[in-house]
Amino acid sequence: MRWGVLQFPGSCDERDALNACQIAAVALATEPRGAGGGVGEAPSSARNVVGDLTDPASSPRLVWHEETDLSDVDGIVVPGGFSYGDYLRAGAIARFSPAMTAVAEFAAAGGPVLGICNGFQVLCESGLLPGALLTNERTRFICRQGDLIVGDADSPFLSGYEPGQRISIPFKHQSGRFFAPPELLEEIESNNQVAFRYAPGQNPNGSLNDIAGVTNEAGNVIGLMPHPEHAVEAFAGSTDGLALFQGPAIAAAGAGA
Amino acid sequence: MIQARVLIRPKEGILDAQGKAVEGALPALGFSGIEHVRIGRIVELSASDTDQLDELCQKLLANPLIEDYEIETISG
Repeated sequence: MRWGVLQFPGSCDERDALNACQIAAVALATEPRGAGGGVGEAPSSARNVVGDLTDPASSPRLVWHEETDLSDVDGIVVPGGFSYGDYLRAGAIARFSPAMTAVAEFAAAGGPVLGICNGFQVLCESGLLPGALLTNERTRFICRQGDLIVGDADSPFLSGYEPGQRISIPFKHQSGRFFAPPELLEEIESNNQVAFRYAPGQNPNGSLNDIAGVTNEAGNVIGLMPHPEHAVEAFAGSTDGLALFQGPAIAAAGAGA
Repeated sequence: MIQARVLIRPKEGILDAQGKAVEGALPALGFSGIEHVRIGRIVELSASDTDQLDELCQKLLANPLIEDYEIETISG
């Protein structure tokens, strides 16, 4: 499966996201067990799903914000940064880019979409994910390694994790306070749409119910504030982010097995 | 063209981190007796047709989940 990583004016994590997609795919194709703490044996058919990564046609590629043709990719990452300067509200203007219109159609057709940090904000502003992200409770920019607990949402992105698993992922944001009005929050919880929570005592921003990431109802769209793309190589201190990028391929391989 | 002003502010009950930070700085500046500081934004614009402003607010200028807005027509 080939990833497309969106690039808006003001994106800044798209290169790390591309790198993460590539490393995750190589690891899945060459190692029996996902290097990111992926659970159990990756099905051998994962190799077929990942494709030949020496072939540029299977390698992840950047998708410029003016592009509308996503027919050559099988998954989308909306990366972190400050799209369009984050003017008005974080993610508010990116939502109207031609590429996001294409992403909305891609998501509606069941395509896997992952939003990280600013990408999560963009997906919430687009209505592809429930809720909104507000300025951190203490208004400070946070940049540190922290722990998340994997939720029990039914999403292909979580195929490489176990519900309840504790993972170490960098937190890096200023507007990450997850908010939803009471009825919507109740709906998110009762539908099991929570993908990740901050580990007890580690909620860095005042997010309701310690929510760090959510999925849409169908599970094919996921967003989180912390940065799994910065946790895919051992030198960076954690490889726990890998499994997130491997999830859809593991799910597809499992379904095809 | 009709001049209009849109006032956007955080919904009641939502913690306004910016307002709280400003409020927290007031004692150090010698101000007292000021509380409930809340920060929003004003968008000024000219429109040929003000009927579309409500939709503009709903779709772009405000996020109805977290913000309230008021549209004020100034002249026209």
